[in-house]
Amino acid sequence: MSLTQNISTSISSSSSSFLAYSVFPYRNRDVSLPSKNFGTCRCVAIPQEEKTTYKTNVSRNANMAKLQAGYLFPEIARRRNAHLPKYPDSKVISLGIGDTTEPIPEVITSAMSKRSQALSTLQGYSGYGAEQGEKPLRAAIVSTFYGGLGIDEDDIFVSDGAKCDISRLQVLFGSEATIAVQDPSYPAYVDSSVIMGQTGLYQKDAEKYGNIEYMRCNPENGFFPDLSKVCRADIIFFCSPNNPTGSAATREQLTQLVQFAKDNGSIIVYDSAYAMYISDDKPRSIFEIPGAKEVALETASFSKYAGFTGVRLGWTVVPKELLFLDGFPVAKDFNRIVCTCFNGASNVVQAGGLACLSPEGRNAMQKVVGFYKENADIIMDTFNSLGFNVYGGRNAPYVWVHFPGRSSWDVFSEILEKTHVVTTPGSGFGPGGEGFIRVSAFGHRDNVLEACRRFKQLYK
Amino acid sequence: MYNFSTCNAMPCRNFLWPMIPQARLEIQKERVVCHTRVQRNVNLEKLQNGYLFPEISMHELQHIRKYPDAKLINLGIGDTTEPIPDIVAVSMAEYAHALSTVEGYRGYGAEQGNKALRKAIAETLYKDVQVKDSEVFVSDGSQCDITRLQLLLGSNVTMAVQDPSFPAYIDTSVIIGQAGDFEEKSGKFGNIEYMNCGPQNNFFPDLAKTRRTDIIFFCSPNNPTGQAATRQQLEELVKFAKENGSIIIFDSAYAVYVTDDSPRSIFEIPGAKEVAIEVSSFSKFAGFTGVRLGWTVVPEELCFSNGFPVINDFNRIVCTCFNGASNISQAGGLACLSSEGFMAVCSVVNYYKENAKILLETLASLGLKVYGGENAPYVWVHFPGSKSWDVFDYILEKTHIITVPGSGFGPGGEEFLRMSTFGHRETILEASKRLKNLFS
Repeated sequence: MSLTQNISTSISSSSSSFLAYSVFPYRNRDVSLPSKNFGTCRCVAIPQEEKTTYKTNVSRNANMAKLQAGYLFPEIARRRNAHLPKYPDSKVISLGIGDTTEPIPEVITSAMSKRSQALSTLQGYSGYGAEQGEKPLRAAIVSTFYGGLGIDEDDIFVSDGAKCDISRLQVLFGSEATIAVQDPSYPAYVDSSVIMGQTGLYQKDAEKYGNIEYMRCNPENGFFPDLSKVCRADIIFFCSPNNPTGSAATREQLTQLVQFAKDNGSIIVYDSAYAMYISDDKPRSIFEIPGAKEVALETASFSKYAGFTGVRLGWTVVPKELLFLDGFPVAKDFNRIVCTCFNGASNVVQAGGLACLSPEGRNAMQKVVGFYKENADIIMDTFNSLGFNVYGGRNAPYVWVHFPGRSSWDVFSEILEKTHVVTTPGSGFGPGGEGFIRVSAFGHRDNVLEACRRFKQLYK
Repeated sequence: MYNFSTCNAMPCRNFLWPMIPQARLEIQKERVVCHTRVQRNVNLEKLQNGYLFPEISMHELQHIRKYPDAKLINLGIGDTTEPIPDIVAVSMAEYAHALSTVEGYRGYGAEQGNKALRKAIAETLYKDVQVKDSEVFVSDGSQCDITRLQLLLGSNVTMAVQDPSFPAYIDTSVIIGQAGDFEEKSGKFGNIEYMNCGPQNNFFPDLAKTRRTDIIFFCSPNNPTGQAATRQQLEELVKFAKENGSIIIFDSAYAVYVTDDSPRSIFEIPGAKEVAIEVSSFSKFAGFTGVRLGWTVVPEELCFSNGFPVINDFNRIVCTCFNGASNISQAGGLACLSSEGFMAVCSVVNYYKENAKILLETLASLGLKVYGGENAPYVWVHFPGSKSWDVFDYILEKTHIITVPGSGFGPGGEEFLRMSTFGHRETILEASKRLKNLFS
C-alpha cells in the first residue's frame, strides 16, 4: 500500500483553501514510494517535519486507505486551478466536470423563490418533511417519467442527488455485497464500493480493485458488455445513457441485461441521470423492460435536466417487487436507511422540482437539454472532421474521443497546456477508459465554439 | 399485492409497512414471485423497529383516525413551528431568482460548502475558539453528517453513547456494523458502551465506570434530557478521551439554547481539538428542519493512530458520497449569520425558550419530577415505576398530546417522557392547561 499517495487526497479537493492544510505533515513509518505511473502525476512531496503530534488511538478505516487518489473531479478542478496562474491571460474553457452552465428557467426558480418566501409566513411555514419526499413531487415524478410502467408514488424516494443516493444504496447493501460496473464508469460506484469495504485491494498492474467485476465497454462491443464473459455479482451498476462514453443501450441490450440479472439473481442499479438526452427510441427507464421491476432499481437526477447541479435534487425508484433472497422487500430497508441516514431533500428545492414537472417546466427543461445537445453536436462534428473516432454525443451530453495508444492523462495535459481547455481523461473512469478523452457538452455556446476552434488548431 | 402477517406485540411499526418477520410472507396473488439472490444486509436485520420518529408519526396518524375531531397537540418530534425571519427567507428567494440569470447562475458548489458560509460559521459561531474555515464542512444536516462520519470511521471501531441518546447514533452504528447483536434482556447492543445519564448522576456519565471505546458520541445540550454539560464535566470528558486515545463526536445542535455559562462548543475546552469532532445544525437554530443545512468541524490536529489526519478522510467522504448542501439553503445560512439575521433567528429561539419555561413551570407545579428545559428545547419528565410507552399512550389518550417515550432513546430513557417545546404559544398554553387537568 502506498501511503504517500494518500497525501494527494489532501490536495485533490475542489476548494482551493484545502491546499492550505497540505502543510500538515503526515508521517507514516511505512512510507514506500510507488513506481511512477506513466503519464500520471498524483504524488506530491510534502515536507516531513519532525513534530510531536498527539495521535488518537483510533485506527484509520482500512477501506479509506485503499482509495488510490482523491475523487476524480476535485482532481480535475485542482489541475484547472493550477493551470490558471501559469497562463493568466488565457481564457480557460471547462469541458471537464459535467457542470451545467445555463440559467435555470424562471418558471422553476420562481417556484423556489415563492416557497422560500412562504417559509416566512405562518400559513406557509413547514418544518420536517417526509424523508421520502413531498407527495405531490413523488406523484409528478411517476406521471412524468414512469407513466404506464406500473410504478407507484410510494416507490419513489426523493433525494439530494444521485451521488448521495449511490452511497445510501451501498450502505443498504452492506460490505458483503459484490458489485459489477461498466468499465469505464462514473467513479462514484467504485469509490463508494471501496469505502463500504466490498472490494479487495487495488491491483496496480490491472488498475482494478479486487472483488469488483469490471464489464468492459468499448467500440468493439458497441459499448455493451459481453455478458457471457461476466462473472456473477450481487449488484450490477449500469448507466445509460452512459457517463462517460455517451452510449445509450438499446431495448434488446437492456432485455439481455435484465435476463442476465434474473438468471444470476442480481440487482441492477440503473443510473438514468441522462435519460432526457436520448434522441432516438432507446429506453429511458429500465422499467420499460418487462420483468425489470423484479431485478432493478433506478436512480435519477434533476442535475442535468434543470441545471440543478448546485440546487441538489434527485430520486431513486425501488419497486415493491424487488426482493432480497429471503423475500424481504428491498424498498423497506431503503426506507429505513432514508429515515435514519437522511432527513429529506430541501423543501424549497422540492418546490422547484415540482415546477420542473409542470407542463411549462417540462418544456423549459427540454429547451435547455436541447441547447446542450446542440453543443454536443458541434463538438462531435469538430472531432469527426479532424479524423478522430468519436463516440457518444447523440444521446448524452458527453463526447468520447479515442486517442489510440496514448495515455489519457497525457492527452488531457496536452489539451490543457496547448488549448487551455479542460477535459477529463478516460482512465479516471477505469482502465477501460485509457486511450479516451471525455469532452462534456455543457457550456455557453461561445465557449464551446471557441474550444472547438482551438481543437481544430491543435489537431489539424 | 402481498399480505404481510404482523408478528408480535411490539408497539412500533414502520411508517409504510407493518413489521415483517423474516421470510414469512403470504402471497395473495397466484403467481411465482421472483426473489433475487442478494442477501439482505445482516446489519439492517439487527435494527429492532423502525426509526423512532416515523414510529411516533404512525401513532399520531392512528390517533387522528380514532379521534378525528380532537385537537391534537404535537410535543413529540422536535419540529420547529415558527416562520423563518424575513431577512433569511428573502435571501433564499433572491438567490433562487438569481439562478435564472446569466450572472447569478451557479452549478456545482464546493462539496465542503460555500467559502463565505464556512468563513461566517467559523467567525460567528467559533470566534473565540479559533476554528478555521477550512475545518468547517457544510452539510444538509446532522443526521446525514452522522452517517457520513460512520462511513468514515468504518465497521471496526467501537463506540460509546449517552443513555438515553438521539437514536441516530446507535442506529447508524448498527447499520455500519459496529454494534454487535441486540440483547433482549438489557435492551442494548452488545458492542456499544452505554453511558447512563440520569438524575442520580446529574446526567453526566460516571467516566470511571466507562469502558474505553474508539468513538464517544456526546450531545450537549442534550437531546432528549435537555441537560447541558458544565465546563468542568466537558474538561473531564476531554481528559478521558485523551487518556483513552478516543475521538469525541460532539453534537452541539442545541448550543444556541444554552442560557447559563455552559460551554456552547467542545472547542471551548483546551485540548479538545486533538480529540473531538463537532456536529451542528441550522435546524433548531434557524427553523431549517425542512430547508436542510448543518455543518461539521473536523480540526486539522485530529489524527488517527497512524498519524493520518482525520480531516483528509472526511474530505474524501464528502467529495465521494455527497455533493454539497443546496446552494439556496446555504444562501439562507449566510443570511442567518449576518448581524441582522442572527438577531432575528435568536429571537425565534427565545420564543421557544419561553415555551420551555412555561412547560417546565407547569409540570413542576404539578409535583412532577422534571428536568431540562433551561438550556434546551426539551423537557424530560420522570414517571418512576412506569413504562414510558404506557405513559405516552395515557397522555395521548387523555389529553391528545403527542410526546416521545423515553425508552425510544435507549434503556436509560425508560420511565421518562420527552416533551419538545416547539410550537405556537397558544398551543403550548393549551397543552399546559390539559396537563394541569390530567395531573392535578
